[in-house]
Amino acid sequence: MLGINDPWILLVYLLCILSAVACVVYGLVNWNKGAENEPAEMKEEIKWEKEETQIEENL
Amino acid sequence: MLGSTIALLVYLFIITYLGYLGYKHTKTSADYLVGGRQIHPLIMALSYGSTFISTSAIVGFGGAAGTLGMGLLWLTFLNIFVGIFVAFVIFGKRTRKMGHNIDAHTFPELLGNRFKSKFIQGFAGIIIFLFMPIYAAAVLKGGADFIQTHFGIAYEVSLLFFAAVVALYVWMGGIKGVMYTDAFQGIIMFIGMTFLLIFAYSKLGGITSAHTQLGDLFAKPEVQAQCEKIVKGGFNGWTSMPKWDSPVWWSLVTTIVMGVGIGVLAQPQLVVRFMTVKSNRELNRAVVSGGIFIFMMTGVAFIVGSLSNIFFFNESGNIAIAAAGGNDKIIPAFIKQFMPSWFGIIFFLSLIAAAMSTLSSQFHTMGTAIGRDVYEKTLQKKGSPIVITKTGILVGIVISVVIAFLANKLDTSMQIIATGTAMFFGLCAASFLPAYVSALYIKKISSKAIIAGMIAGFTVGIIWIFFIHEKEASSLQLCMALFGKTSIVKDTVFAKFAMIDPIVIALPASIIATTIGAFCSKTDVPKEHVDACFKGI
Repeated sequence: MLGINDPWILLVYLLCILSAVACVVYGLVNWNKGAENEPAEMKEEIKWEKEETQIEENL
Repeated sequence: MLGSTIALLVYLFIITYLGYLGYKHTKTSADYLVGGRQIHPLIMALSYGSTFISTSAIVGFGGAAGTLGMGLLWLTFLNIFVGIFVAFVIFGKRTRKMGHNIDAHTFPELLGNRFKSKFIQGFAGIIIFLFMPIYAAAVLKGGADFIQTHFGIAYEVSLLFFAAVVALYVWMGGIKGVMYTDAFQGIIMFIGMTFLLIFAYSKLGGITSAHTQLGDLFAKPEVQAQCEKIVKGGFNGWTSMPKWDSPVWWSLVTTIVMGVGIGVLAQPQLVVRFMTVKSNRELNRAVVSGGIFIFMMTGVAFIVGSLSNIFFFNESGNIAIAAAGGNDKIIPAFIKQFMPSWFGIIFFLSLIAAAMSTLSSQFHTMGTAIGRDVYEKTLQKKGSPIVITKTGILVGIVISVVIAFLANKLDTSMQIIATGTAMFFGLCAASFLPAYVSALYIKKISSKAIIAGMIAGFTVGIIWIFFIHEKEASSLQLCMALFGKTSIVKDTVFAKFAMIDPIVIALPASIIATTIGAFCSKTDVPKEHVDACFKGI
């Protein structure tokens, strides 16, 4: 198949293509999952930003 | 030549502009170090990909595929599966959250803050600062080799010119400048490699026909004669795996495939990219472009590297390594001889882009390792972190250029670029991987166990590199100077160990030391701190 006789090379040739496809499928399926929009996390984000600015000012 | 020069100038102009944009948007040290944690997922994925893939992967490992064949595709598979999927989904999400929870700006800082240990941060910072120049030198050599072949100028001149351009924009922009330019460079690399794949297969009459010709090539008596030495080492042709347990097999599987394929998980310059995005959603999205990008980079380089043998043989009667005059020259010579000249320009820019994107991150990481991790955090010295980091960058660049200059004096049949890269990746895996996994997944482990694992992995790795693994030990020459032979196990009953890559021994040593340390010591990290680290995970 595909002009490759060694099964290990044929296997890895196909695995490369399949793993790239799997990455695309995973990313598309989870496209909108995991956004950080919970109020607690938003608050934490703002607090963190403030602290960061404070540290910078002190420096 | 004129076309290349104009294209190069336009390219440099765009890079300078993007570097300037990064500079303008860099206000705080968080901006400089982790891009204010607001980087777009596509930019993050392209930046991760183009940092991961350098001239080292394309010229060095592509050349290795020209010599060793399509068995290198196992590395592509690991690059996609481990380097993208496992790295982003399994490690990336926890790294991002934990990095945020404990306010980590660099990889050593993530480990140090997680275990409340200045020693861990300082030790990791020193390892990175001392050994990353070897990897940076490999990448510099890849870029300089290509400029040398393309413009026909001296290696030393192309090396200095190239290092100076990269240094300038890392100096200016911090990680934002680095990531903006990385993304632009990633796009150029993608276009270049897509053309290359289509061109190579279509010239050889399609996928199946190309592979069949490559298989048949090895059977020719004149090719057998040229391959005699490597066949003795276990080589079985470009479309077959080498003979099991032969020197070529050990080199391909342990150094090239495992060293780089697994080592990627603990690469400081890649881990820090997870901390530059806002949420897990960005990481999920980045998996899409990351997977395709890596496939088009290493997959294409290794396929075309192998196929280049047919082109060289039909033209000159010699296989790739003989026709090009050295492993690292196969890809540059292939582009120059067989590609249309307009493509030469595109590919030239792709490679320069690939080298620059990796180098910029390496320089940035070296600078932060010494500036932030060692000077500011471990030694508790005061001063402007940005100035210290920039000084660290400058020192790192000088050391890397010197190593790249010296590397050019080594034997050209050696896979210098691929070996230098694999050495750093292996050393990182052995020193950092068990610590990194423990930091993200094991709440009760003590800092002593982590330190034991890091020291064991690093020490065993260094001993193996300098005194046992013949390929590296012979070029580093310390073993020769002290013991009068290229490996201390040579001509002994343990001679086989000289073929085994350091990662195969040092990573298990590090895992064992961490495990023993974990069972022998009580956790010394306060529970409240651990809870804070794992908040939201």
